[in-house]
Amino acid sequence: MSRIVIKVATKILFAPIILYALYVQFHGDYGPGGGFQAGVTFAVAFILHAFCYGLEETRKVLPQRALFVLMMLGVLFFAGTGVATMLLGGNLLGYDVIVPESTHHAGQHYGILLVEFGVGLTVSSTMLTIFYSFTGREPDIDQEDW
Amino acid sequence: MSDFDVELSPIVLVDLSLLTMLLLVAITIVRLRHLFAVVMLLGVYSLLSASFFVSLDAVDVAFTEAAVGAGVSTVLMLGAMLLTARREKPGNPRRAPVAMAAVLAAGAALVYATIDMPAFGDRQAPANAHVGQAYVERTPDEIAVPNIVTAVLASYRGFDTLGETMVIFTAGVAVILLLGAGSSRGGRRVSDREGPR
Repeated sequence: MSRIVIKVATKILFAPIILYALYVQFHGDYGPGGGFQAGVTFAVAFILHAFCYGLEETRKVLPQRALFVLMMLGVLFFAGTGVATMLLGGNLLGYDVIVPESTHHAGQHYGILLVEFGVGLTVSSTMLTIFYSFTGREPDIDQEDW
Repeated sequence: MSDFDVELSPIVLVDLSLLTMLLLVAITIVRLRHLFAVVMLLGVYSLLSASFFVSLDAVDVAFTEAAVGAGVSTVLMLGAMLLTARREKPGNPRRAPVAMAAVLAAGAALVYATIDMPAFGDRQAPANAHVGQAYVERTPDEIAVPNIVTAVLASYRGFDTLGETMVIFTAGVAVILLLGAGSSRGGRRVSDREGPR
């Protein structure tokens, strides 16, 4: 069975989904969305890839080993922003010290962007890790079993 | 109460039809035994509730519900379903009256609790009066971010969100420890010797 329609559709949709995830990620302080939703959307693009081309192919694109690192990096990014604001002389996650001379709270914008980026990294890599570990356990089932 | 004299405006009709569809989907889910259909209908339920959240002006919550509830958790439930049976085992019919009584009692308690709830959008409601109002008033001056939800989530309650991120990270680590330890070394496929099939 050639799944040509699904393959072409996935090829067309993959890049826009990731673009949309990035838009949601970095536009979160202007519109609805943020790191959590963006991370999930980003993961969904790769889940779609796995549905279409099989999990082994997706593992080649984005290996589990990279996901480990990204998962930890996300949390470190978030916590690191907090520690950085403390080192700059403010409170934990008090972003105003990032750009102290700003009159329109540019520090808050930077801080929120950094923190949301950490959330997005952790959420997307964790979702993909859970997906990999669940679906990687059994061989594909027969069509009749559905 | 005179506050509840609602006209049949288009928004109310949309709300009513969404809630009716939610109820129908929920009843269908309870009655079905075929797990694939149940998982798909759970996705439909999430999407319907996301639409309902949009109609309640909670777009951030709706977005999360659509992405997580309808998207990822449907996929994860399908993945989990592949590891177990395709059909739900029939329940014990002798326990049905007990379960029915428990569900009815909990439902009656919830309906009773809604009588005391403030009306939707009530400015005097505790959720809107104190902290919520403070956030709405202070965000333009203190954070200067248009989306107040993001300001609360990432700045005012940044420590809280750090905790949530840690929770997600912990969930990922737990899944790796329980299921995926072998596959981390070079992507070898892990399978149970004696599967439940």
